[in-house]
Amino acid sequence: MEPFLHLDAVALPIPRSNVDTDQIVPARYLQKPRSDDFGQFLFRDLRFDKQGREISGFILNQPPYRQARVVVAQSNFGCGSSREHAVWALHDYGFRAVIAPSFGDIFFSNALKNGLLPIVLPAEATAMLLEKAQAVPGMRVVIDLPSQIVTAADGSIHAFQIDAFSKKCLIEGLNEIDYTLQNADHITAFERRHAANI
Amino acid sequence: MSNESAPRTLFEKIWSRHQILRREDGQSLLYVDRHMVQDGSAPAFEMLRQQRRAPRSPQRTFATPDHYVPTGNRDLNSVADPEKRAMVNALKNDTAKAGIRFFGLEDPRQGIVHVVGPEQGLSLPGSLIVCGDSHTSTHGALGALAFGIGASEVAHVLATQSIWQRKPGTIRVTIDGRIKEGVSAKDIILAIISRIGAAGATGHIIEYAGSAITALSMEGRLTVCNMSIEAGARAGMIAPDDTTFTWLAGRPFAPSGTDWDTSLARWRGLASDPGAEFDQEVRMRADEIVPMVTWGNSPEDALPISGRVPDPSLASNADSQAAMNSTLAYMGLEPGMLLTDIFVDQVFIGSCTNGRIEDLRSAAVVAKGRHIANGVQAWVVPGSNLVKLQAEQEGLDKIFIDAGFDWRYAGCSMCLATNGDHVGPQKRCASTSNRNFVGRQGPGSRTHLMSPAMAAAAAVTGHLTDVRQLMERG
Repeated sequence: MEPFLHLDAVALPIPRSNVDTDQIVPARYLQKPRSDDFGQFLFRDLRFDKQGREISGFILNQPPYRQARVVVAQSNFGCGSSREHAVWALHDYGFRAVIAPSFGDIFFSNALKNGLLPIVLPAEATAMLLEKAQAVPGMRVVIDLPSQIVTAADGSIHAFQIDAFSKKCLIEGLNEIDYTLQNADHITAFERRHAANI
Repeated sequence: MSNESAPRTLFEKIWSRHQILRREDGQSLLYVDRHMVQDGSAPAFEMLRQQRRAPRSPQRTFATPDHYVPTGNRDLNSVADPEKRAMVNALKNDTAKAGIRFFGLEDPRQGIVHVVGPEQGLSLPGSLIVCGDSHTSTHGALGALAFGIGASEVAHVLATQSIWQRKPGTIRVTIDGRIKEGVSAKDIILAIISRIGAAGATGHIIEYAGSAITALSMEGRLTVCNMSIEAGARAGMIAPDDTTFTWLAGRPFAPSGTDWDTSLARWRGLASDPGAEFDQEVRMRADEIVPMVTWGNSPEDALPISGRVPDPSLASNADSQAAMNSTLAYMGLEPGMLLTDIFVDQVFIGSCTNGRIEDLRSAAVVAKGRHIANGVQAWVVPGSNLVKLQAEQEGLDKIFIDAGFDWRYAGCSMCLATNGDHVGPQKRCASTSNRNFVGRQGPGSRTHLMSPAMAAAAAVTGHLTDVRQLMERG
């Protein structure tokens, strides 16, 4: 996993709630190997028409937002299908963080495992960031994971919570399987106890 | 609360029984009793290979292909796209190499993983079940803690038979009273989601309770728990009771003999204790629930069939007004129009939500002696091969075929259109599946979610219809 520490990037405002993973990457690309660049499938049906031409009205196709690396959205971002491909698509395009008042649970944990930082901020703070990112195209936000702070271009500062372990994994790019297998003895002991219980 | 004598919920009992250890940051390592794998799992096996790890407990894992299988026949070569075929073949090869039980296309037990697990008695009360598919919440209907996971987590479970989780909050949704004639489990769950919202249960598990829930058949309970994820819930669950035990007894992988007696004694103690506390309580009355349909692109966009398409000009703020306008444009609907004036091109009866035998029976009651409307294409896709066989023994296939429906083989089919079965661009589908997201049933597809009986009613009338009107005719 690619480590995450700091980010200074253009914000992409998506002023909608319930942005589902079917939008982020349509189901017909799920059979593609991970070695493919999933960035090309990101918001595929919103970004491109049937002939493969860019839809100019979609915000990601507008020049100030093309370089965006952080999404700002409303509640329940990444709801729906458990597909990790949605996180891969955002990551491969270049996004490194998503700010929203809440996330689909599975998306949230998929994001943490792929170096994409999901930041929960209160609805009022997200609404304000959304408004500013729309009013000032190309507005930047600075994310400091070690100190758990988002700073917007207008100077507004927003602290966010993240559990210590996820933070450590993101900063160090840790492989979770290796970490868990350090506890293999616990698993084996539990397994013996548990089997006797069934 | 760590006090062992304090009243505990069903969820807390299962959680604590599966906790291997707890980290300082509050995350728990939970033991996984049953890992279900389907043909979307190739990336997880690939991750495992890259890390040179082998599955730890293949005997606790079972696999069946569902997302990419053909439903017109059982010949994998009829799936035109080689990449899709490769997904089914990858599952066959990966599971063979790992020694994981595999119900392939030629196996009578194959079907949608969330139909097959309960059907085979692989999903048991009190167990912890995971699968790389969001609708794993289905298995909670049997009194299990079951939730969907991502590809990295599938790889983690394969390698360690465990998963890290932060303890979610709990919501109890209590529905008391008796549901009315013509109202089904699908209407109940759509009514709940429209009430609490698509994010209403984010970070929580839902326990469904109340006399209307306990009166549901096992099939109905599976439907309700299936769609918990559409309310944002991590999992849905229903306390196991005699309905559960009767349904499970004698299933191939369920315990038998003295093991059954021991299990039964333990399962009877799983229900939430009187006085157990939930973080949130939601109460609804069963007699207020009527047949529901969705008009928009989120399962929360559900309304009674007697309703009208909502008017964006009445939205609470500019953002939701804009969102509603784009939803109506996508769905090709006018504000204020009657839902019953919405004509359909396609009908899909199937999916892990509504592909079980009772679902097909309830649709067949409506289809019997009628014929699908001109220009409508209607499909029935059983949730498993065994559901298909049983339906054929009961003569349901003949009812559907006589009424002009396509009678298909088991699979996910056009619920998410990954196998090539799909709803055409700008075509409108009455669907018993779980999601009406933009493009869900194919690019440009327009989905209206509803119960199997309501979908059959839409098929025979050609438009969204209150099924109770067809039932009155007898």
